[in-house]
Amino acid sequence: MTTTRRALLGAAITAPALVQAQTQARLLIIGGGFGGATAANFARRTYPWLQVTLVEPKTSFVTCPYGNLVLGGFRQIADITHSYDGLRARGVTVVHDWATGIDANARSVRLQGGQSLGYDRLILSPGIALRWGAIEGYDEAAAQTMPHAWVPGDGAQTLLLRRQLEAMPDGGVVGLAIPGNPFRCPPGPYERISMIAAYLKRHKPRSKILALDAKEAFSKQGLFQDAWAALYPGMIEWVPASRDGRVVRVDPRAMEFETEFGTRHKLDVANVIPPQSAARIAADVGLTDNSGWVPVNPVTFEARAAANIHVVGDANIPGPMPKSGFVANTTAKQAVAAAAAALRGEAAPEAVYFNTCYSHVGDDYGISVVGVFRPNAEATAIVEVPNSGGVSPRGNLPDQRRLEATYADSWYASITQDMFG
Amino acid sequence: MRLFIPAIAALVLAAPAWAQNAPLAAQACLSCHGANGAGQGGVPGLAGRDRAELVALMAAFRANERPATIMGRITRGYSEAEIAASAEYFSRQGR
Repeated sequence: MTTTRRALLGAAITAPALVQAQTQARLLIIGGGFGGATAANFARRTYPWLQVTLVEPKTSFVTCPYGNLVLGGFRQIADITHSYDGLRARGVTVVHDWATGIDANARSVRLQGGQSLGYDRLILSPGIALRWGAIEGYDEAAAQTMPHAWVPGDGAQTLLLRRQLEAMPDGGVVGLAIPGNPFRCPPGPYERISMIAAYLKRHKPRSKILALDAKEAFSKQGLFQDAWAALYPGMIEWVPASRDGRVVRVDPRAMEFETEFGTRHKLDVANVIPPQSAARIAADVGLTDNSGWVPVNPVTFEARAAANIHVVGDANIPGPMPKSGFVANTTAKQAVAAAAAALRGEAAPEAVYFNTCYSHVGDDYGISVVGVFRPNAEATAIVEVPNSGGVSPRGNLPDQRRLEATYADSWYASITQDMFG
Repeated sequence: MRLFIPAIAALVLAAPAWAQNAPLAAQACLSCHGANGAGQGGVPGLAGRDRAELVALMAAFRANERPATIMGRITRGYSEAEIAASAEYFSRQGR
């Protein structure tokens, strides 16, 4: 050992910054939503020796959760819009650009602006793509007349649907086309029905909601239907696939949905939640399977097709876990911990994943589903812990409903602080 | 050079910025109970509460011996060791 190096190491004992510089590794994160923002914040808080860069095209983030409360008039879009300044203050380098390609061998990500970013570990949290054309006639142009409001972007889709509800005459019909599984936020369409109903009940009580579903059953179904009968009697008609609920074609000019067996429904406001897949970059890099989603290792969340690329958020197939913001948050932390361990030559930590999805269904009326999940003994799949989790109890339980509505608001405040604060 | 490795490791372990982070099993708690379990809106704080009291509370939720809105469903998914580690962490956080 040379004198210089000995001196350097000696100094390192009293100067953590030098230790960090020696061990600094590059964690690159693509996507600044529930998965990516959580990963960036958690990485900086927990592993200060990591150099963290976040690539996200938007300069602020509008959450999907609580977007339904904007539709109901309970929140403004500004209430659900978050800045990346908090992450910058934590030491995250935030690059506002599109990631257009990944070279897994060279460990490099190409950006639309021409720049390339190298990495030692990559967290990919790109979200979903809407499958334009999967419902005949439903493309990006059609979404300007029949909004999806399912990928919030800058909030324009949510605000468009809100304005349409405001402009609709009393006695009008609001139609929803709801996809089959899997899709982002399984209880989301039904919370949306509830929040639209809350608005209509107050302002346009003669109106109807026609929910056409490609499924036979849905998340928290009994709880939702109990609430609809109690709070909005006669207003909501939910039609499952077996009663010709699957929408196969839309006509934005005629404002019509057409179902599998040819029934045409004329609507005043039409919300199409189309079938989905992992965002395009995941498919371009070859990480998706035939389902259109990314299979992942249950402990590290590395893509099955590419070790060293951890895929979190709605783009992956997380076993029995739903595509939710909470699951993106909990799995992003495990993925970062696994990445940090790998960089230090250690095994990934033991995993436990957690989900709670709250839904608001009316004033002071909240319901939830809880799940605790772990890798199985062989670490080949994720399974729900037996005898845990489940949905809120049914019955006339006003205190339970009121508390869950309160807890939902606390969840939103806490998790967005965990991501961006 | 080998001599220095334990010294560096000790430094890393002793660094307060690292040590204050919640264990992985307790991370999910923060998504409702707020940063460091300080509490958020109508959700009670966990920070600064007695370790044994927290463990007993969670055990009561698990056993369905205490009325719960949601905590019964949650605690039944966690091991006693995870609950003990989480209680240890929250008991050390300032209120």
